[in-house]
Amino acid sequence: MDKSNHLLTIENLVKHFDISGGLLDQLSIEKGRVKRHRTIVKAVNDVSLFIKPGETLSVVGESGCGKSTLARTILGLYPPESGQVFYRGDRIDHLSSQQMLPYRTKMQMIFQDPYASLNPRMNVERILEEPVIFHNKSIRSDEVTEKVAEVMDLVGVDPKWSDRYPHEFSGGQRQRISIARALMVDPEFIVADEPVSALDVSIQAQILNLLMDAQEKRGLTYLLITHDLSVVEHVSTRVAVMYLGCLCELATVKELYNSPRHPYTKALLSAIPRLGVRQPKHIRLKGEVPTPINLPPGCVFHNRCTYADDRCIVEVPKLLELPSGTFVACHRVEEGRLD
Amino acid sequence: MGHLLEVRNLEVKFALRFGDLTAIDNISFTLDKKEKLGLVGESGAGKSVTGFSIINLISKPGYISGGSILFEDRDLSKLSTGEMRKLRGHRISMIFQDPMMTLNPVLTIGTQMTETVLAHMKVSKSDAMDIALEKLKKVYIPSPEKRLFQYPHECSGGMRQRIVIAIALLTNPSLIVADEPTTALDVTIQAGIMDLLQELCTTEDMGLILITHDLAVVSQVTDKIAVMYAGRIIETGPTEEIVNNPRHPYTKGLINSLPGGLQAGSRLAQIPGMMPTLTDIPDGCAFNPRCTINGPICLEKLPELRVLDGKNHSAACHMLENDQRDK
Ligand SMILES: Nc1ncnc2c1ncn2[C@@H]1O[C@H](COP(=O)(O)OP(=O)(O)OP(=O)(O)O)[C@@H](O)[C@H]1O
Ligand SMILES: Nc1ncnc2c1ncn2[C@@H]1O[C@H](COP(=O)(O)OP(=O)(O)OP(=O)(O)O)[C@@H](O)[C@H]1O
Ligand code: SF4
Ligand SMILES: [Mg+2]
Ligand SMILES: [Mg+2]
Repeated sequence: MDKSNHLLTIENLVKHFDISGGLLDQLSIEKGRVKRHRTIVKAVNDVSLFIKPGETLSVVGESGCGKSTLARTILGLYPPESGQVFYRGDRIDHLSSQQMLPYRTKMQMIFQDPYASLNPRMNVERILEEPVIFHNKSIRSDEVTEKVAEVMDLVGVDPKWSDRYPHEFSGGQRQRISIARALMVDPEFIVADEPVSALDVSIQAQILNLLMDAQEKRGLTYLLITHDLSVVEHVSTRVAVMYLGCLCELATVKELYNSPRHPYTKALLSAIPRLGVRQPKHIRLKGEVPTPINLPPGCVFHNRCTYADDRCIVEVPKLLELPSGTFVACHRVEEGRLD
Repeated sequence: MGHLLEVRNLEVKFALRFGDLTAIDNISFTLDKKEKLGLVGESGAGKSVTGFSIINLISKPGYISGGSILFEDRDLSKLSTGEMRKLRGHRISMIFQDPMMTLNPVLTIGTQMTETVLAHMKVSKSDAMDIALEKLKKVYIPSPEKRLFQYPHECSGGMRQRIVIAIALLTNPSLIVADEPTTALDVTIQAGIMDLLQELCTTEDMGLILITHDLAVVSQVTDKIAVMYAGRIIETGPTEEIVNNPRHPYTKGLINSLPGGLQAGSRLAQIPGMMPTLTDIPDGCAFNPRCTINGPICLEKLPELRVLDGKNHSAACHMLENDQRDK
């Protein structure tokens, strides 16, 4: 893989959380001997992917499968257990916060809950100025003011409201303001984690249009996390499907929606509710989602998969590139027994 | 016998410091056995308050200020508290978005279920256990015998919602009100729960009121839809009609703003502005500040629901005559 052609390259990324608690909580006595137990959440397991400049890569999968953790690890908000992250070919996962600074302006994040992510004690003007001044101490104040007006205009919030506070705005407007804040530092790459999930249908369209417009005008690259698979189909270039911290399929949006290959992707896409389509024949998954604390051996999906056999129970399937360009991690597909 | 449920001119107010706010304004609809009604609309439209009114769960400062609710031919407002309590959770069950509103975290599933049975029926404890088991099987809980001895936290979100549905079925209700029952769940699990609710309406002879903001989900499950906006029903009719031939500009806007079906990457149709809050509902039609086909009358007169054709389809909009599809 030529890393310098990609905006981001992620190789074998692993992120675990130790939730064992204090040392005393970890100790127990077994057969007369003191034992120490650790509880590890295996949130992201050996994920490799790349993101091309100007594209929208969406990450989908059920709640708790590691989408947000993956995004935060990429941004350097969590240190990975192992694996590497490259930004335009430069390795960034092991940098000090000082060394990371120039990349921080290039990579921004938008959250699901704009209320929680905006400081309630700052008015819009200060919320927007702050990141610019932080990253460019020598910037002139008239330049900042101009920039605030320009960005507010772009996101469709009237600049004359810049002295108002977050609580004076509706949910949709607050999301516009958090998008504005992300855009203030002229980023190249934006992670949007469920940016429209908390918004009403009629407002969702406004925000999605805004994100698409901003991408077009500024050549932005997006990593979009959303559980709404109709939104994903509409705005994505490529889609990554995750299950229990593992990447099971990665394909262009057309390929994925027209011919999903992984058994989990097939089930997921068959369950999308579509307007006016009655009782669609969705694929029912058996069993329950295991926890990322006790990751199943072999393919993490095997206990729910209708195609699983002995190999799936013991051997972890590798991510494989198919002639169509789709990447998929499934033994049945690799063996050519599943199309 | 009339309808299973008949809501007539329902009005609900909230008594607040600065005066009474009307949250539900003159709502009427009916529901028959086996029938499934979808109540849709955006946040604050009044869906939950409508649902709560039906099971008489409106609590202070809210109160039902007008209209009537007839259930199995009985006027709910004329019942004593005791009679109402018997009806609620017996003939009418409610399912919430968060299963933990129903489940008690410190009791096993079996204990909670048998307690409910024993509170409503004169049966022995072991019979109650059998009934619990039977209902768990009905909602397709894997290894139901084992579940009886588990606590809610030992079950996944989807399983908990199935257990809540099983609890709702314990007393053989004739009406289920489900308020966003799958909003917190993943799509694969949502699809299973929706299948289940649909199936139960037929096998158990129940009516269903499905409250959700998700038009796509509602269109898959229900027979008819009522679209709410700022406390009123602004359009109602058979599901196919609403989905394929929406008439109110708000319903049209909602359907057009959905990404499905459009050329990928194209801009979505958006409704400008947002729904007013109860304190600033505009005069005339509440939708008029966001409407693109409005006229002078829309600022003055509140539009009533009008029947549009023989298909039980009605909409509350002054300007439908100017609408192309009307001709
Ligand atoms: N800071 C943390 N400490 C401990 N465990 C965590 C932490 N953050 C996430 N986890 C766990 O890691 C797993 C993945 O969580 P993550 O939030 O990445 O999932 P997600 O795919 O974003 O889910 P959702 O769709 O619900 O947002 C979950 O089991 C979660 O409980
Ligand atoms: N306890 C209360 N006190 C004052 N106002 C209330 C109260 N409960 C509800 N309301 C108001 O009644 C209106 C209708 O609320 P309701 O909960 O029915 O909306 P909804 O359609 O269910 O919305 P959502 O999709 O967010 O659940 C809202 O404007 C709400 O603010
Ligand atoms: S590897 Fe096996 S268990 Fe995993 S998805 Fe493929 S067939 Fe199913
Ligand atoms: Mg998340
Ligand atoms: Mg509600």
